[in-house]
Amino acid sequence: MKENDIYSELSSIRNLMERSTKFISLSGLSGILAGVYALIGAYIGYKLVYTENSGLLFRDFYVNDPMVWWPLFLVAAVVLVLSVATGIWLTIRQAQKKGENFWNPVSRRLLASLAIPLVTGGLFILILIIRGHYGIIASSCLVFYGLALVAASQFTFSDVKWLGFCEILLGLLAALLPGYGIVFWVIGFGVLHIVYGSVMHFKYNQ
Amino acid sequence: MKVSLEQFDKAFENRIRLQIMSVLVANESYDFNSLKELLNVTDGNLASHLKALEKEEYITVNKSFVGRKPNTQYAASKNGREAFKKHLEALENLIKQQKH
Repeated sequence: MKENDIYSELSSIRNLMERSTKFISLSGLSGILAGVYALIGAYIGYKLVYTENSGLLFRDFYVNDPMVWWPLFLVAAVVLVLSVATGIWLTIRQAQKKGENFWNPVSRRLLASLAIPLVTGGLFILILIIRGHYGIIASSCLVFYGLALVAASQFTFSDVKWLGFCEILLGLLAALLPGYGIVFWVIGFGVLHIVYGSVMHFKYNQ
Repeated sequence: MKVSLEQFDKAFENRIRLQIMSVLVANESYDFNSLKELLNVTDGNLASHLKALEKEEYITVNKSFVGRKPNTQYAASKNGREAFKKHLEALENLIKQQKH
């Protein structure tokens, strides 16, 4: 056996071990777009809640006012649905470009580990809404989303783990400063997604 | 260049068998169709290599049905994991020998 053969053997083993345990068709572009949707959503939310040109100091409404509550909920839901749909669509496209099937054991495990904290978080937040604890909703969204990312990161690029840690940290800070949820929302779901998406795009897509 | 080949596992002489083992060692279990896609081999080819590994007792097979479709899961056995590790060590030794 020649030395080159051994190296090619070893690299093929390594490659297979990685490909069979990591889903690498995640699209950076979907992160950027999710960030943009979140920023647009946050802007609409800001317009709904705060007085014209008052910064974050004066509100027209408190979030528990049903006048503002339903539109806010709707905006958040639209942002979520759009982000998920874009993410799925671009991921399928990316996988097809690489000649991979997007539905494989790794992507199934990735989704399962993502879903457990996300569904738990979603239910928890619904309970918060029902019980009227509006002050920590933004914080809970960020914390549970971060936990979901950390859990899912073992099946994909490790960059996802760092995004997760940042979201958790932001979520905890948001809990310390109730009332500024929108600021943390903008940073966590808007800015961080755009930064993360750009990093992923330039690191892996080129 | 003299190389001791007796350390190499005969079962892993074939590249596809080594590749199958790499996937099974890195994962709890893997199903037939996903393996086929990952390794880019035909049904018959994969089946015969899996059979060979099963005969060596390097892998365990778990057949079940999902709805009406058969779903066969393969997993590396303890023997298989050890054999794979030994094989890698042998490759490593080979590289070390050649460096001197």
